[in-house]
Amino acid sequence: MDLKNLTIEKASEMMREGKLTSVELVSAYLKNIEEKNKDLNAYLEVFDDCLDQAKKADEIIKNKKGNKLTGIPIAIKDNILIKGKKVTAASKILENYVASYDAFVIKKLREEGAVFIGRTNMDEFAMGSSTQTSAYGVTKNPYNGGEYVPGGSSGGSAAAVASDMALCALGTETCGSVRQPASFCGLVGLKPTYGAVSRNGIIAMGNSLDQVSPFGKSVEDARILFDAIVGKDDLDSTSVNFINKENMIGGKIGIPWHLFQDGVDEEVISNFKESVEKLKKAGFEIVDIELPYSKYSLATYYIIMPAEVSTNLSRFDGVRYGLRKEGSDVNDSYKKTRSAGFGAETRRRIILGTYVLSHGYYDAYYNKAWKVRHAIEKEFEKTFQNVDFIMTPTTPTPAFKIGEKLNDPVAMYLCDIFSAPANIAGIPAIALPSGFTKNGLPLSIQFMANHFHEKDLFQIGKKFEGIK
Amino acid sequence: MQIEDVEKLAELAKIELSKEEKENLLSDMEGILNYVKQIQEVKVEDIRPEYNNRNIWREDKLESRDFSSELINKQFPDSKDDFVKVKKIL
Repeated sequence: MDLKNLTIEKASEMMREGKLTSVELVSAYLKNIEEKNKDLNAYLEVFDDCLDQAKKADEIIKNKKGNKLTGIPIAIKDNILIKGKKVTAASKILENYVASYDAFVIKKLREEGAVFIGRTNMDEFAMGSSTQTSAYGVTKNPYNGGEYVPGGSSGGSAAAVASDMALCALGTETCGSVRQPASFCGLVGLKPTYGAVSRNGIIAMGNSLDQVSPFGKSVEDARILFDAIVGKDDLDSTSVNFINKENMIGGKIGIPWHLFQDGVDEEVISNFKESVEKLKKAGFEIVDIELPYSKYSLATYYIIMPAEVSTNLSRFDGVRYGLRKEGSDVNDSYKKTRSAGFGAETRRRIILGTYVLSHGYYDAYYNKAWKVRHAIEKEFEKTFQNVDFIMTPTTPTPAFKIGEKLNDPVAMYLCDIFSAPANIAGIPAIALPSGFTKNGLPLSIQFMANHFHEKDLFQIGKKFEGIK
Repeated sequence: MQIEDVEKLAELAKIELSKEEKENLLSDMEGILNYVKQIQEVKVEDIRPEYNNRNIWREDKLESRDFSSELINKQFPDSKDDFVKVKKIL
């Protein structure tokens, strides 16, 4: 079976026409997993019931009740709860934790009859941009012989799809954790409007930023997944009814050139310029824009996110679930448990978050960051009165080598310099493959649009796919 | 930031650190704070920070959920008769 060129639409059509069963399809992916996962370490666990799930899906299809995702094998990031399955957020502190309920997005996909093939590796608690902070080993980028990182934090999901170990996947974004690995692994990644997808059943990192986000090999695949998981959920009070908005007829693109004057790889810039030329030829109007506040998005992010992390992760104390290390008294037990359970990056962010929230620094950091965030939101609001899209490279460099940037947190954080504005402002953004470096590593561009303009992003994404 | 500050923060965050870890964290913090402090130069209107997310409450009445108490109880690191067992607080 030609899994490389298979799309959700094609697989779904073949199953409906009786030319393929879900059992056959899942088996083909399991065979690839058998061959490749040992080396790539994309999956932390392949579910032992995935063929049973496929059988059930085949029944649904036989009864002509299937949808597009019925019988489609999907990889799930290890911070999304599936009832009765282990979910660890790639942390030692949750090594043996079993989910007691389905996340909202899992419920939605279950209704569609999708097949959950396994849980994928990630940076611990989704904190990282290379999947190297996982407590269960690094994941390798399928491109270029396993020397490169797949990006992160959803690196396992990206590597699984890019190496045909799943047809599509779910990841989560707090700041670029789907778009950046999509960029490094040659995939499409969509970060939805904040609130479009429920966070219920997602292991929280930064609540005001987290959003479940789909990976696909094509824009259409990402769209199908997004359509299946979008929707309001009473159990997430920040989720909203998705009001589809679209204004693309001609499509005016703004480019904030001043944001990437320095620090961006030459091949990334020249590929970006080529992409701009292609879009011009395809009839898009392209204008220069200035985003003076958005320049501070990443710095703002690295104050707000750790603040939320330090409060969120206080729940991991070894009392109700997860790892417990006994100490001499209650405080000592907390300390021993958290020290044994959390990795270096997680501790770094907890300490940083505790600092920015502490008396004496709260105004200078946390409060100021909220004001800047507000200014960034206003800036986008104003900009989208003039343009339909904002275009930037997805990442400042292509994939880097395993081992790099691990001991230089700021260098690692800068991987997400172009991701941060969309997360901070809560707007949707899509990462699209745009070619390869001389060495054969994938390159990517991203479009941002105004709140609820996902449909516009899919449209321009498909146009861009068409003119390559 | 001094090493004592790292110690105080670790105490607040209930994390035990070795001497080497404290030193590494101190140098990491300096690097990160040096980067994020750029926001202090941003001129913004003197507004109250906008918290766009507001609490949405529900009625305090019993609703069914699909949690199974069995699955939850099984996660307790220590328990007695289906209750989670905790260390002495006082």
